Amino acid sequence: MIVPLVHVLVLAAVLFILGLVCVLVWRRNLIMILIGIEIMLNAAMLVFVGGAARWGTADGQVFALMIVAMTSAEVSLALALVVYLHRRKKTVNADEFSEMKG
Amino acid sequence: MEQTIFYILAAVTVIATQFAITERHAVHAIVYLVTSFFSLAVIFYLLGAPLVAVFEVIIYAGAIMVLFLFVIMMLDLGHPEKAARPGGRDWWPAILLGAVTLCSIVVLVAAHPPVVPVGASFGIRDFAFVLFRKYGIAVEIISLQLLFALVGALYLGKRR
Repeated sequence: MIVPLVHVLVLAAVLFILGLVCVLVWRRNLIMILIGIEIMLNAAMLVFVGGAARWGTADGQVFALMIVAMTSAEVSLALALVVYLHRRKKTVNADEFSEMKG
Repeated sequence: MEQTIFYILAAVTVIATQFAITERHAVHAIVYLVTSFFSLAVIFYLLGAPLVAVFEVIIYAGAIMVLFLFVIMMLDLGHPEKAARPGGRDWWPAILLGAVTLCSIVVLVAAHPPVVPVGASFGIRDFAFVLFRKYGIAVEIISLQLLFALVGALYLGKRR
């Protein structure tokens, strides 16, 4: 462990906040919402890897790998959904898809 | 030496991510994000996780970001003047929530001065042992999840 765990956690928290801000600010653009989710999942990965380095066990790295697999599944489905929605209404503006009023 | 590299890479990651989320051009945002992922991969390497660093480069920067670029270019979304710009009303809840979280972090860090712990190191062999022995079921479940995602993406992408 080269730096205190707290510094790693602070970096992860800052990255997570940036992802959250991205989702909240660009909540009309489906692509930017997905990018914000990517940034937040990266911050979660950083926490797992930092924990693995702090306690010297491989479990954290294993779950960072799980997050990578989960993210690729999520992104492929979400982008297929974006393509489908764009085919229906020719837009990626999230406000346009409000027929269900929910 | 390694500490300095860590802090420099942390700054690069945060600044690149910040450019990515404020960039109005989607393709430029993706390129900034790839920069951020590369520096984060080197941070993973410094934290003793070379395998995760390699997967970060191959899967995140290589596959997922290219998928994003592919969709942006296929749907012809690379025109920032046509996209909806976030206005002042969109910024204040994000700024408020971010400021609250940052303040809580500052308070927590100020209350407990950090110490450098001594962490034991382990190799790829231990990693593989834990991955396929201890968490073998999780690997099976995650592969099933990838298969379901593939089937779902095929179904959604089918022209009807």
